[in-house]
Amino acid sequence: MVLERVGGEDRGKITLYALSTCVWCNKTKKLLADLGVEYSYVYVDLLKGEDRKSALDELKQHNPKATFPTTVIDDGKCIIGFKEKEIKEALRL
Amino acid sequence: MTDIEPSPEEVEVLRQQLGDEAEEMGYHLNPDIGFTRNLVRGLLLNEGRYGYHSCPCRLASGERDDDLDIICPCDYRDQDLNDYAACYCALYVSDEVLSGERDLSPVPERRPSPDEREKTVKGFSAPAGESLSSLTYPVWRCKVCGYLAARDDPPGVCPICKAKAERFERFI
Ligand code: SF4
Repeated sequence: MVLERVGGEDRGKITLYALSTCVWCNKTKKLLADLGVEYSYVYVDLLKGEDRKSALDELKQHNPKATFPTTVIDDGKCIIGFKEKEIKEALRL
Repeated sequence: MTDIEPSPEEVEVLRQQLGDEAEEMGYHLNPDIGFTRNLVRGLLLNEGRYGYHSCPCRLASGERDDDLDIICPCDYRDQDLNDYAACYCALYVSDEVLSGERDLSPVPERRPSPDEREKTVKGFSAPAGESLSSLTYPVWRCKVCGYLAARDDPPGVCPICKAKAERFERFI
């Protein structure tokens, strides 16, 4: 899967599944940027065919409803929606 | 996919139009103008991509039939306004949010998951109970706002929420 990496402080592996048109996804991106942590994101709406399918399959393992934004931390903790408090807590910030 | 970025003027025109339509029908757009403009930009991008105003906060398949329930206003708006005081994207908000009596809170996704959707049969389902067979007309229900119309065919446009005929289901 093609992930865009955004540099910052290493707080573990953070993957954000997002849509380019979704305001809550972009709020989540901004939160991670403001927190200054390193993270990767993918805009699933901009993917096609197999790329989209594999991104969705991966997302469904964490969030079966496959909704956006979904933030996955260290391949375990999954935060669905823009939940500032939960994201900060999960990152111990 | 190359998107055509909508101009700020186009965004503003649609925002005004949606706002006027909403007020006329007793709905309200989110008063946070910057936030609402971003959502309207998403609607316009989706129109360019798919040909319809697919919900900016949900993944469209690009197949109109599969996306019908999430063409804005989606089938889930009214229930979410009742339960969470906003639609899933928070483009539409309730009176309490507008007046500042209530804060926005995250709205959980009500739309069935992709797997659940695959299982449901598409198209009009007519619960044809025997006792109803004596009705002179079938009853059509607007999936966006719940308006009912007893007539041979659904109206071309819902007189209440302006949804198109394709958003009606056979109710009785
Ligand atoms: S009404 Fe439905 S489709 Fe429109 S913005 Fe709100 S959640 Fe999205």
